[in-house]
Amino acid sequence: MDASTLQLIYLIVLMAFLGVELIGHVPSVLHTPLMSGANAIHGVVIIGSIIVMGHATDTASIILGFAAVVLGTLNVVGGFVVTNRMLEMFRKKQ
Amino acid sequence: MIETLLPILYLVASVTFIIGLKMLGSPKSARKGNLIAGFGMCLAIAGTILFHTDSAGTHLHNIPLILGGIAVGTIIGWMMAVKVKMTAMPQMVSFFNGMGGACAALISLMEYKETGSVSAGHGAATMAGLIIGSISFSGSIIAYVKLEERMGDIRFTGQQLVNNGLLLAVLIVGACLALSALTGFPLALLLTAGALLFGVLFVLPIGGADMPVVISLLNSFTGVAAACGGFLYNNMPMLIGGILVGSAGTLLTVVMCKSMNRSIWNVLLGNFSAQGAASGATEGATGTVREVSATDAAVLMAYAKTVVIVPGYGLAVAQAQHACHQLENELEEKGVTVKYAVHPVAGRMPGHMNVLLAEADVSYDKLVEMEEINPEFPTTDVVLVVGANDVVNPAAKTDTASPIYGMPILDVELAKQVIVMKRSMKAGYAGIENELFYRPNTSMLFGDAKTSMSALVAEIKLI
Repeated sequence: MDASTLQLIYLIVLMAFLGVELIGHVPSVLHTPLMSGANAIHGVVIIGSIIVMGHATDTASIILGFAAVVLGTLNVVGGFVVTNRMLEMFRKKQ
Repeated sequence: MIETLLPILYLVASVTFIIGLKMLGSPKSARKGNLIAGFGMCLAIAGTILFHTDSAGTHLHNIPLILGGIAVGTIIGWMMAVKVKMTAMPQMVSFFNGMGGACAALISLMEYKETGSVSAGHGAATMAGLIIGSISFSGSIIAYVKLEERMGDIRFTGQQLVNNGLLLAVLIVGACLALSALTGFPLALLLTAGALLFGVLFVLPIGGADMPVVISLLNSFTGVAAACGGFLYNNMPMLIGGILVGSAGTLLTVVMCKSMNRSIWNVLLGNFSAQGAASGATEGATGTVREVSATDAAVLMAYAKTVVIVPGYGLAVAQAQHACHQLENELEEKGVTVKYAVHPVAGRMPGHMNVLLAEADVSYDKLVEMEEINPEFPTTDVVLVVGANDVVNPAAKTDTASPIYGMPILDVELAKQVIVMKRSMKAGYAGIENELFYRPNTSMLFGDAKTSMSALVAEIKLI
């Protein structure tokens, strides 16, 4: 295993702990918005779709890549907008 | 100069994900946290399009198509997210989660088509992304359809065996492709089909009330699938964002299970619902049910000192949250103290009920959590249960044979009077009878929650 792969694995393990720490003591009121917010953040997968689309040459790859970009965008945009709408409900009361 | 710009943008984006997730954990900062993470996401996307180069230094091609795809996705995603009703939020989250899963699966599929399995690590990440992404996609779509109530739970004998067998086959084929023991794009397509089928079969038997747990789990699946993509392209924001969501999502799933006093395996294997149906059929509670008219119920509540409203999914389905707030106002005008008792899993997701009531302008301090309200029930005059069932079932405390035994519930049966607003005598999501309905201090107000609620408001106005 080369050094950069090892670094990636370190990063993965540390991030896994950080994720647990970050939401350790969240009130149950916020579970739904939190799930939705996390849902938006994993929309970062769109970057991968942009990269594969950017390297696609044949028609089949371009079609698949285009679909991936559209789906990834749906995840990002839908995720953040839905979360924002949920949280607006709370803001009114503050 | 340009070469260092992208890593800096990626670093900023990764930090915004961490800060955003942290801020989402507190009511005051949550909205800002979401915006910050969204801003970081935009930076990462724009940076990738503008500055990304491969190892040979060539920039991305197909930029117009990429921008076109983003435009299409933005318009559709935005419209869906803005139009969806607050009651349908859980299935919307599930839908968007499925899109992310599909995106991750497509990336892996294309990667395999272009390069095959370069090394064991590369192959493992590709196959993991493909399998997890596919399961997340088809599972989320089934969860979406189920929450839209267009499909019930489907069980057949030997289901467990079929599911486990299929999963094992998928994993074995995936491992072979990763290690290049087997090769070929058609096989990768077959693997995708297998994983998609597993996603469907895995969610099919799980009961409606358990959907939040499933969605939360699939959410963390998609996170892991995204991280696999990050591993493939050595892309830090994907790796960090994906793993963060993967681990935070897993914790959230466990917390949700805990609030229902069940283990994650219990939920996933669908034991709960299967047992529930059986026990409901054999030892259903019996006795007489007292029906009450809206007029009598109105009198009962208007002359009470304290009224506690217990909202459940029935309230959400009937869109009765606004009528409920009206009822609260009318009662307060008559000098009645009104509170809401919110069970941790009321609605379809933890916190879902709070969001709905907040939408109807119900004041935040009127929503009382289970631990705080339970000691108050013995001194409460009237409890109004609106479309809730399992969370007020006393069997959870007394009947060791009950599938929900041990689940913390709201002790409404201790109140002087209980009025249950319900569409019919049908069992709740756990599929079991509720002896509360047969208690002498309980009366039933049958009908759609919104209609009944409006009737109550009208009657109280007359008093």
